[in-house]
Amino acid sequence: MTDASDAQLFARNVPGLTQRLQRAVVGIAGLGGLGSNVAVALTRAGVGTLILADDDHVALPDLNRQYYFQTDVGRHKVEALSAHLRAINPDLRIVSHLVRLTPETITGSFAAAELLIEAFDQAESKQWLIETWCRSYPRRPIVCASGLAGYGKTDQLRVRSAGRLYLCGDEESDQHLGLCSARVAIVANMQANVAIELLMEAT
Amino acid sequence: MLTINDRDRVDWKPGMTVRDVLDAMGYSYPLITVSVNGQVVDREEYDHFPVPDGAQISVFHLAHGG
Repeated sequence: MTDASDAQLFARNVPGLTQRLQRAVVGIAGLGGLGSNVAVALTRAGVGTLILADDDHVALPDLNRQYYFQTDVGRHKVEALSAHLRAINPDLRIVSHLVRLTPETITGSFAAAELLIEAFDQAESKQWLIETWCRSYPRRPIVCASGLAGYGKTDQLRVRSAGRLYLCGDEESDQHLGLCSARVAIVANMQANVAIELLMEAT
Repeated sequence: MLTINDRDRVDWKPGMTVRDVLDAMGYSYPLITVSVNGQVVDREEYDHFPVPDGAQISVFHLAHGG
């Protein structure tokens, strides 16, 4: 891509945002309803490098909320999402890890990330990820999500923080309610919005 | 005095641990993340991690879904 088309792509962005975000390296752990939508928002905002990690395939029940299409079914999420992100910005740098994330693999996979997006679905996984990240990289922010199931109740979604931990959602609504596109995407975009704010503050 | 989630107050006692604070608050739900003065505490350390007087404690509930 030429500099001219790069400027066109981000012509409507907030002034100063693209220049800073182009230097940013953001990790995304999990590429489901949260992670895929966060990745799209950060790509459109102008983040320069994304580190993506997931070991799952796209399945049809993912399509009610995740950023995939019928033609992606059966593909690895890291591959399918990388293609979609490059279709938005061909200059985006993507480091993809086709790996089962565990407390052992997490720190190595995201060693280069200045900020991590937690985008898991199981609460137990969110718990070990937060603890492992904060122990390993106490100065680097982690932006998490908890409580995004169901629909409506938009005013109950909020951001709470302590130290370098930020958590988006209502901390209550559980996936037994079912997961709906709108509310999952709101929380994913809350995570992206917090991440952008933190990256701008770190300038 | 301890402050929990910027809202609730718990009397501080010498030797208090994260577990004592959770018990005092009646938190029995296991899927939580706890921070003491901005530092996330591993759940294996709840029984031993000392909580100083005046600490700001945050308890985050982790719900399934993503």
